[in-house]
Amino acid sequence: MLTIHLSIVIFLPLAAALLAAVLPGRAGRAGRWLVLAGTAGSLAYAVAMIADLDASSAGLQYVTDIAWISELGIRYSLGVDGLSLFMVALTTLLWFFATLAACLREWEHPRLFFFQLALAETAVLGVFCAQDLALFVLFFDLTLVPFYFLVGAWGERDRVRATTKLIIYTLVGSLLMLAGAVALGVLAAQESGGELSFALADLTERTLPEGTQQWIFVLFAAAFLVKMPAFPLHGWMPDAYRAAPIPVLILLSAVLSKLGAYGFLRVVLPILPDASLHFQEIVLVIAVVSILYGSALAFSQDEARLVVGYSSVAQLGFITLGIFSLDDLGAQGAVLQMVNHALVVGALFLVIGVLARRTGGSESLAQMGGIAMRAPVLAALFLVVGFATLAMPGTANFIGELLILFGAFESKLVFGIVASAGVALAAVYMIRFYQRAMHNRIGERVASRDLGVRELAVVAPLVLVIVALSVYPQLVLERTEAATVAKVERAQSLARGEPPAAPTAAAEGASP
Amino acid sequence: MTPVAQIEAPAIDYLQLAPILATLGGSIVVLMVGLLPGRFVQRALMPALTLVSLFAAIAFAVAIWEPGEVEPIVEGALSMDTLALGLSVLFYSAGVFTVLLSLRARAVREAGAGEYHSLLLASITGMTVLAAADNLVTVFVGFELLSIPLYVLCGSRVRSEPSLESGLKYLVIGSVGSATLLYGLALIYGATGATNFPAIAAALEGSVGATDPLFLTGVALSATGLAFKASVAPFHQWTPDVYQGAPTPITAFMAVATKAAAFAIFLRLFLDALAPAQPDWAPALAALAWTTIVIGNVGAIAQSSLKRMLAWSGVGQAGYMLVGVVVGTQLGLQATAFYLAVYLLMNVAAFAVVIARERRSEHGDGIRSLEGLGAASPWLAWPMTIAMLALAGIPLTAGFFGKFYLIEAAVEGGWESLGVAIVIGSMLSLVYYLRVLAVMWMGPIEIELPAPVGRVARRVKPVGGWSPEAGARAQPEVSAVAIAAAAATIVLGIVPGVLFDVAADVGPVFGTLL
Repeated sequence: MLTIHLSIVIFLPLAAALLAAVLPGRAGRAGRWLVLAGTAGSLAYAVAMIADLDASSAGLQYVTDIAWISELGIRYSLGVDGLSLFMVALTTLLWFFATLAACLREWEHPRLFFFQLALAETAVLGVFCAQDLALFVLFFDLTLVPFYFLVGAWGERDRVRATTKLIIYTLVGSLLMLAGAVALGVLAAQESGGELSFALADLTERTLPEGTQQWIFVLFAAAFLVKMPAFPLHGWMPDAYRAAPIPVLILLSAVLSKLGAYGFLRVVLPILPDASLHFQEIVLVIAVVSILYGSALAFSQDEARLVVGYSSVAQLGFITLGIFSLDDLGAQGAVLQMVNHALVVGALFLVIGVLARRTGGSESLAQMGGIAMRAPVLAALFLVVGFATLAMPGTANFIGELLILFGAFESKLVFGIVASAGVALAAVYMIRFYQRAMHNRIGERVASRDLGVRELAVVAPLVLVIVALSVYPQLVLERTEAATVAKVERAQSLARGEPPAAPTAAAEGASP
Repeated sequence: MTPVAQIEAPAIDYLQLAPILATLGGSIVVLMVGLLPGRFVQRALMPALTLVSLFAAIAFAVAIWEPGEVEPIVEGALSMDTLALGLSVLFYSAGVFTVLLSLRARAVREAGAGEYHSLLLASITGMTVLAAADNLVTVFVGFELLSIPLYVLCGSRVRSEPSLESGLKYLVIGSVGSATLLYGLALIYGATGATNFPAIAAALEGSVGATDPLFLTGVALSATGLAFKASVAPFHQWTPDVYQGAPTPITAFMAVATKAAAFAIFLRLFLDALAPAQPDWAPALAALAWTTIVIGNVGAIAQSSLKRMLAWSGVGQAGYMLVGVVVGTQLGLQATAFYLAVYLLMNVAAFAVVIARERRSEHGDGIRSLEGLGAASPWLAWPMTIAMLALAGIPLTAGFFGKFYLIEAAVEGGWESLGVAIVIGSMLSLVYYLRVLAVMWMGPIEIELPAPVGRVARRVKPVGGWSPEAGARAQPEVSAVAIAAAAATIVLGIVPGVLFDVAADVGPVFGTLL
């Protein structure tokens, strides 16, 4: 077992950015590569942890646990298990590629831009590693500040309005979650007669009465569903996706959406199992409607970004379906899909950036067409990513969606059947996107050329990772199995009507 | 030879009185020395003497710090316990910041440095007396001593009509508040037969029924009088006008110190003297808290003047702090004291940047004076950014822990609805706090100056104004205050242990609280 201090993994990007901010030098030229090095460092740690992880245990590893604010019962408590490990891995991987894409572009006030980018990575890594509910909420709320600046100051059309919408929607949810989290900690302590504590391990052991669980569930669900975004709360998505610059958009779509899904698995299902069961059908309805609505709208969009944006709504709907099937297979499929979707969406937005440079800056499908003409490599890579998005058998996405559907069939058959339609719809919008962009008649302003060295350096590795995962999805599945199953355990046994399994101490204990 | 009658001199505990004596003595000395002519005296000696007096008061307060219940002094009039001393340190700090921000203020020149600083110190003395009051009469004495110098200070820019108007408005409204308070205190005396807080509490537990109409009227009127001072809705109407008209260093002082003093006496009166009657007054104060939070935050949304926006935001924040009073527990007391300290830092940073900009920009205190500040002057833009994020309750700032503490106190005391009220207020407040950030960081970088016919239009990068010469330089002491307050906000947002320890010391002042 390696000794890895998670604090280093979390704060390395921010440290690099602070150092870069004080470096003298014109336009922060050296600074941006320093920040890239910081993200690469975190990525290296993540890879090391994947190799080193003890897959058989569902407990936390690389634990840091220090008393921080004892009056409020908050501990500085970090740890990873199989579930958070792959979240950390996908965060560091995508941040590396997004920063690389950003390094190859010019920005106004570059030092500030890269500082905000690094601060955002630190905040997101903090969410995934936090094992104390107050710390989780702290990092969750913190993620919004850098994205407010990134979209609002460096965004494209109508950025201030888009950012305001993004922040209002997300922060309303996050603030409701803050109230819910404080209430959860205090009421759990009062119920069990113990000392006030926000540690997730303690909260899992202290069960609350069902009525209290229900309103706290609503508060948490508000925050997580807005983040994904799920159907009724997705109003911020179109404006924000139009306004954000491509590197920021990659992170917004690939990583930030996962915070919601992760929150459900880490906090809601283990700690509020009765409420999860109570609201299962409502959330499944939201999930299925998101799938159908997202797919339908993705099919009808003219802007490439919004095709991918609505496709994300649909994909996150699948993930929610998997989580709230309250079934082992469904949850594992959801986790696999979280990784897949992040990789695929990251690659898609990079490709959109490439396509835009070949149509004179336009991302409208009406203006694209026939780009595959002189760009065989681009066409091939885009095709691989496209097939992955529509979950072609042979890709890891297929396995993920299959597992989710198995879980749905196992628990709520009807929802599973309706959701299967979403699989077919994904093929429809994705193939339409590919055809409109790469085949058919050549668009008027299209000047097709193949990928240059810089573009290849950013896109190709990501596609390679997608292919590698498609060949061996077991890499993710076997390492996340124990942790994911442990998270769903209580809710699942409630759903099946078995006597509630008390959370075993071994499941939450740290391994040396 | 008949023996002369023995007169027993009262025992005067000079050490316990030392903080009050330091500021009171400072006030008199500064007034006298201010009569001397000369630029050195007016511009340097007066602020220096004031700072010496304030630092001496802080030192005394730290020296007599004693957690737990403390014996009252002056025949039960004052009780220099940790609540009084802790909040007094806040008043002294606010005074220090105000003196620094006033160094080059026009109000000081127009009103006379000696008078200005002497009134400031007198007001601070009144705040300490109010925060330490253990007797109804002392409450009134402290209240008036705090208010009357402030009326004059608001109008100290004697050649500016808005300033005079603000002073007059404050005088009239403040007098109404004082009169209401006095009437309420008299009715409480009438109902309970005592003016000392411990005696009132004993009377409430014993002979006087808490539903006695005389008593309840007295409590209602006292609460109203205090609500005027604390800017609690619906008695907040004076706040935006008075804050906008007053000289900005005084506005900053009022925003932080007066509010702290008002909440000090709220805590003392309701959690010490009136504690046994908590089930009666708590719902009424809870309703006030809800009203204040909603009205304060909604009112700020439409403001284009920064001083008015901060005034309305202060009204909303008063609502949050009132939640700590409503729950009536030791945790609520600690949370309110913690939030007052954090509130001081956040507001001082914001007001310092406003002062820096209004002295340079043609937009005065309008929000447009901050346009493009992010690019032109990071040293001013970052403190304002941190202040706005802290006021909104964003993590990594002390404001997050302040709100967390208050919500926790509310939920633990059984008032979950007030916890949700705080969260709703935070949501509403985002609209105007984020607007300030947007103006500073997301504005247009360059503008085109209109050119006469035939000439080429010039593109310039102005800062908060149309003149190409509009600069962003700020006076060093103002920048220093802004940066120091903002840095403290961030540091306390990461390692708030120190402040939590102090709050924990303040907690057990009233032994009978849960």
